[in-house]
Amino acid sequence: MPVKVFLFTSRMSIFYFIAFLSILFSLLVIFSKNPVHSVLYLIITFFTFTIHYIILNAQFLAIVNFIVYMGAILVLFLFVMMILNLNKDSEPTKSIYVKLAGVIGGGTLLVTLVAAMKGLAKSQPVVLQSVNLGSVKNLGQVLFHEFLLPFEVSSILLLSAMVGAVLLATKDSNPKSTKPTV
Amino acid sequence: MESLTQALKVVPLNHYILLSAIIFSIGVIGVLIRRNAIVVFMSVELMLNAVNLLLTVFSVYSNDPNGQVFVFFIMALAAAEIAIGLAIIVMIHRNTNSIDVDILNRLKW
Repeated sequence: MPVKVFLFTSRMSIFYFIAFLSILFSLLVIFSKNPVHSVLYLIITFFTFTIHYIILNAQFLAIVNFIVYMGAILVLFLFVMMILNLNKDSEPTKSIYVKLAGVIGGGTLLVTLVAAMKGLAKSQPVVLQSVNLGSVKNLGQVLFHEFLLPFEVSSILLLSAMVGAVLLATKDSNPKSTKPTV
Repeated sequence: MESLTQALKVVPLNHYILLSAIIFSIGVIGVLIRRNAIVVFMSVELMLNAVNLLLTVFSVYSNDPNGQVFVFFIMALAAAEIAIGLAIIVMIHRNTNSIDVDILNRLKW
C-alpha cells in the first residue's frame, strides 16, 4: 500500500517540518538587524507554535496563543517601536568577543540540556489519550474548580499591571516638581 | 482535527523536549548578544513560549489538563510583564534617548 505509507510519512513529517520552521524563524528573530523584521519573524514563530498546539489538539491554547500573543503582545511591540521611531538599523553592535561568548554560553546550556535528556529512558511516543483534553469545556471546568483562586489573583495582577504601565508611561506633567522622576 | 492528531502517534517525547531546549537556548543567546532592549524582550518571549510548548506536551503525554491551565496562567503573566516592560522602555527612551541596554549600568557599581 504505497499510498498509505506516503500518508504515514507525511503525517509524521508535519511535526518535523513545523519544528524546523520554528527553529529557523526564532534564529532569524535574534539575528536580524532591523527590530521591525525581528517582530515580524516573531509573529511567524508564534504562528508555528499555534500549529504545534493544534497538532497536540490543545484547541483552547491554540486560540489563546493566536489572539493574545500574535494579536495583542506583538501589536504592542510594534506600537512601541512606532512611538520610539526605531525602524532603523542604528543599533550599536556588541563586540565580536561578547557575541562569541554569548553564543558559546547558550550552546553550552543546550548541550547540557540535551545531555541530561540522553540520560532519560527511551522515550514513549506522545499519544493523545482523550480527545477532548484541551477543549474549552474541559479546561474551563478545571480552571473554575481547582484553580479558581489563582484565576482571581491573576485578574488582580492584570489590573495592577495596567495601572503600573499607565503610571510609568505617562509624561510628567509638572517637570519642575520636587519629586524625583526616575 | 482527527487526522492531524494522528500525527502525534509517531513523534516521541524526546523530540519535543529537544525542540523546546533548542528554542529556549536561542532565547538565551538572544538575550546575551543583543543590545536593543526590545529585541531582548522578544528573546524572553521566545523562552516563555518554549516552556509553554513543553508544558502542553507533558500535559498531553500524561493526560492531565492542569498543565494547559498553567500555560494559560503563564500567558496572562507574560501579557502583564510585557506591558510593564514596554512602559519602562518608553520611560528609559524618554530619559536617555536610547534603548541600548549597555547604557543602563548605573546600578552596576
